[in-house]
Amino acid sequence: MSGVRVLVGTKKGAFVLSSDGKREQWDVSGPHFAGWEIYHLKGSPADPNRLYASQSTGWFGQLIQRSNDGGKTWEPVGNKFEYDGIAGTHLWYDGTPHPWKFARVWHLEPSLTDPDVLHAGVEDAALFRSTDGARNWEELSGLRRHGTGASWQPGAGGMCLHTIILDPSQPDRIFIAISAAGAFRSDDAGKTWKPINRGLKSVGIPDPTAEVGHCVHHIAMHPSRPGVLFMQKHWDVMRSDDAGDSWQEVSGNLPTDFGFAIDVHAHEPETIYVVPIKSDSEHYPPDGKLRVYRSKSGGNDWEALTKGLPQRDCYVNVLRDAMAVDSLDSCGVYFGTTGGQVYASADAGDNWAPIVRDLPAVLSVEVQTLG
Amino acid sequence: MELPAHLRTLAHVSGEVHLELRGEATVCALLNELEARYPMLRGTIRDQVTNERRPFVRFFACEEDYSHELPETPLPAAVVTGAEPFLIVGAMAGG
Repeated sequence: MSGVRVLVGTKKGAFVLSSDGKREQWDVSGPHFAGWEIYHLKGSPADPNRLYASQSTGWFGQLIQRSNDGGKTWEPVGNKFEYDGIAGTHLWYDGTPHPWKFARVWHLEPSLTDPDVLHAGVEDAALFRSTDGARNWEELSGLRRHGTGASWQPGAGGMCLHTIILDPSQPDRIFIAISAAGAFRSDDAGKTWKPINRGLKSVGIPDPTAEVGHCVHHIAMHPSRPGVLFMQKHWDVMRSDDAGDSWQEVSGNLPTDFGFAIDVHAHEPETIYVVPIKSDSEHYPPDGKLRVYRSKSGGNDWEALTKGLPQRDCYVNVLRDAMAVDSLDSCGVYFGTTGGQVYASADAGDNWAPIVRDLPAVLSVEVQTLG
Repeated sequence: MELPAHLRTLAHVSGEVHLELRGEATVCALLNELEARYPMLRGTIRDQVTNERRPFVRFFACEEDYSHELPETPLPAAVVTGAEPFLIVGAMAGG
């Protein structure tokens, strides 16, 4: 019996939403880790019962939780994230040097093949890896020690490494993105890195086409075409057909090309989804209408998806890690809002309905398709 | 000692925590023993790398503030005998 499990991280705990393949009736479990910020939780592709969660608060710091039974029970595992060597400085908002300091884990990315291996993207920006089920963590410091590291600056939400994409066709290839340094790629399992920001243009930084310094909000990839990347930048929706070596803008007819979330249809690598947000100072949909935009041509030509979504007086945001797809025959699309709603579409975005309406602000949404 | 509610939940304890200290009874020894008994609390009260108290956590005992005392500061006799708790307190702030 097929089914889906939606893993929702919120400002005050984690929730697990489960349904069968019809995706009409939902069981809601939670809050897990009540009162804690859950920036992200994600399941292992190699073992769907193995889940990892990033749990933190400003009071008590960072914890990592692990489940071996699909989220029914959890155990705290390793939470020591120590930068390799002398951490040094990056640039602060005002351009002055600022010590590199760990704040939290934004994103957890389990290995495609081994449930005990996973990467963690953290603030201040760095990439860590565990090979023992998150008990111990080691920084892949080649990224932070990249020649430009000392010039990286935080975005408004902090200097966070928020996106980690593993290439299923090349096990040593990793893509990551940092706000506001940009996108980077490693072709040797994280030892060395190169910026992949050519073609990005960010008005408002001293050199709009600089090698680094771009506020990349999120990147998505279809596993069947790992050389094709789609990016929601601070402003601009972009695509790359050469694994990030160059980017072209595909914002096309979007009502605004600011936003955070972006994802790709599970079966149609040229069908992509974004949620346009009015602006960087007005973090809500234009005109009070919550609309997902879908392009079936890999960008430029976009259609508004509105059925079942509020079309008046809606002023929520959809954060960068808060959209995901399932891989059932009719692709399901899911996203969560800062208003606490988690919306689902079982028909690739044509029709939407809320699974839940009143959770704490949603920080992340991931989906597991269960066989 | 007494823990804030979130840390009691994390450590699966209710009420006060009673610890046996070997050697000198200091603030640092107390925290070391707490983290040895409850490893899930490592990093939640003090930074695991620097051992610095987390900014939104304070220490009190016998109506005195121990938050800024050196780690090797002796615990008051009433805490050592178990007559008074050593309090670990999270800042009262919303969010």
